[in-house]
Amino acid sequence: MSAKPKLALYWAASCGGCEIAVLDIKEKILDVDAFFDIVFWPVAVDFKVKDVEAMDDDQIDLCLFNGAVRTSDNEYMANLLRQKSKILVAFGSCACEGCIPALSNTTTKAATLDWAFADSPSTVNPDRVMPQTRTETPVGVLELPEFYETVHSLDQVTDVDYFVPGCPPQAHQIWAVLETVIDIMENNKPLPPKGTVLGAGDKTCCDECPRERQEKKIKGFKRIHEVIPDPDQCLLDQGIVCMGPATRSGCGGMCVAVGVPCRGCYGPAPNSKDQGTKMISALASVIDSDDPEEIDRILDGIIDPVGTFYRFSMAHATLGPVRAGNGSRSEVAS
Amino acid sequence: MTMTTEAPLREPEVVTAEWRPRIVAFLCNWCSYTGADLAGISRIQWDPSVSIVRVMCSGRMDPTFVAKAFSMGADGVIISGCHPGDCHYQEGNYKTLRRVHLLKRLVAGFGIDPDRLELVWVSASEGDQWAETANEMAARIRILGPLEVGS
Repeated sequence: MSAKPKLALYWAASCGGCEIAVLDIKEKILDVDAFFDIVFWPVAVDFKVKDVEAMDDDQIDLCLFNGAVRTSDNEYMANLLRQKSKILVAFGSCACEGCIPALSNTTTKAATLDWAFADSPSTVNPDRVMPQTRTETPVGVLELPEFYETVHSLDQVTDVDYFVPGCPPQAHQIWAVLETVIDIMENNKPLPPKGTVLGAGDKTCCDECPRERQEKKIKGFKRIHEVIPDPDQCLLDQGIVCMGPATRSGCGGMCVAVGVPCRGCYGPAPNSKDQGTKMISALASVIDSDDPEEIDRILDGIIDPVGTFYRFSMAHATLGPVRAGNGSRSEVAS
Repeated sequence: MTMTTEAPLREPEVVTAEWRPRIVAFLCNWCSYTGADLAGISRIQWDPSVSIVRVMCSGRMDPTFVAKAFSMGADGVIISGCHPGDCHYQEGNYKTLRRVHLLKRLVAGFGIDPDRLELVWVSASEGDQWAETANEMAARIRILGPLEVGS
């Protein structure tokens, strides 16, 4: 029997949803198993990191890497799997653009740890014990990975061949990607150009949206829990902040179809690098006012612009490297 | 025998203790750029730390340009267009107005003082106004200090 192509799947800083999404292809997972030899998949099969370390370079044919890079361990695994894999795919929004974990880039490592380990209402930690990279105990030294100041996407720490966006990537898109890969490998077809976004469309989410856009101007924004949206009209026309105009197509418009605004999980639209600034342009076009004070009143309806516009793409935000506390007027005065 | 050309050693540039801010100004072609031109023709001095980028309309000013300017080392950004009602393209400057109001909220979320972003209206006849805007912005940025950009 000739050796099957080798497949690895790994999760770094992620929620595990991408792993479940892979299983959402249902019985087709058997086709995947029939074609590939799964050599590493911590969530499903019992291979260890040392098994990967023992492999030759490029021994893995395809690696689907989900999760952002948040700790030194994430970074080690990213580089290790890069070295051992012929094709490394950033799989899912975290690996592509940082996703929810990267939202903590708006604050500091110290503030993140304080909240998670001491200050949140559900935590009891009166001695403020914080995780340490090295702890001496009577039975030996315990080590934990280092927690980084910034959350990075996979392509910010290592060389990535392809990107599969989505939070999580939709099952039909995952299968389409795997089917293409199987076809390429079976028939020796050429690979798509490096850096290609796979399993997604080349338009915006609006293109797949079943709703009718009338390009209405609006006098105020509403949050989704405050209204029952009209089932046929464009959500943005109804004053609900919908990321559709700034988001890549590919999901099939499933949120907007059921009355939930697009949150932007398929990342920035093709030919745009920054989802948030594109969203500003889109929103500025629908606000019905030329009066500065009224504009501000309308904009007050958008709670947390940064978190809303960069919910999934913070690691790639153009302004990301500009960090909090930069010579603000209040600091100068103090 | 090899010929060598030796350039005389250049005097090192005098580095003054005073830090000079970098301010990028996006001016619309029809009003503000012409206004800045008038300031030049009229020999009005304005702060040299302001560098002008001409765009056809202030409405052409994609918010990404501002984000990119800040992330590449600008300490302040000025956007200037025609006065409301005077836009060469009817309503480009109104779009800019709404964008800048939202953009100020966004940059504040990234820890950038929104005062580093300024929207003004300067017409083709207001050369002195332009010089005043540039000087005021440069003075303000000198107080705010440099914008630090990490990796």
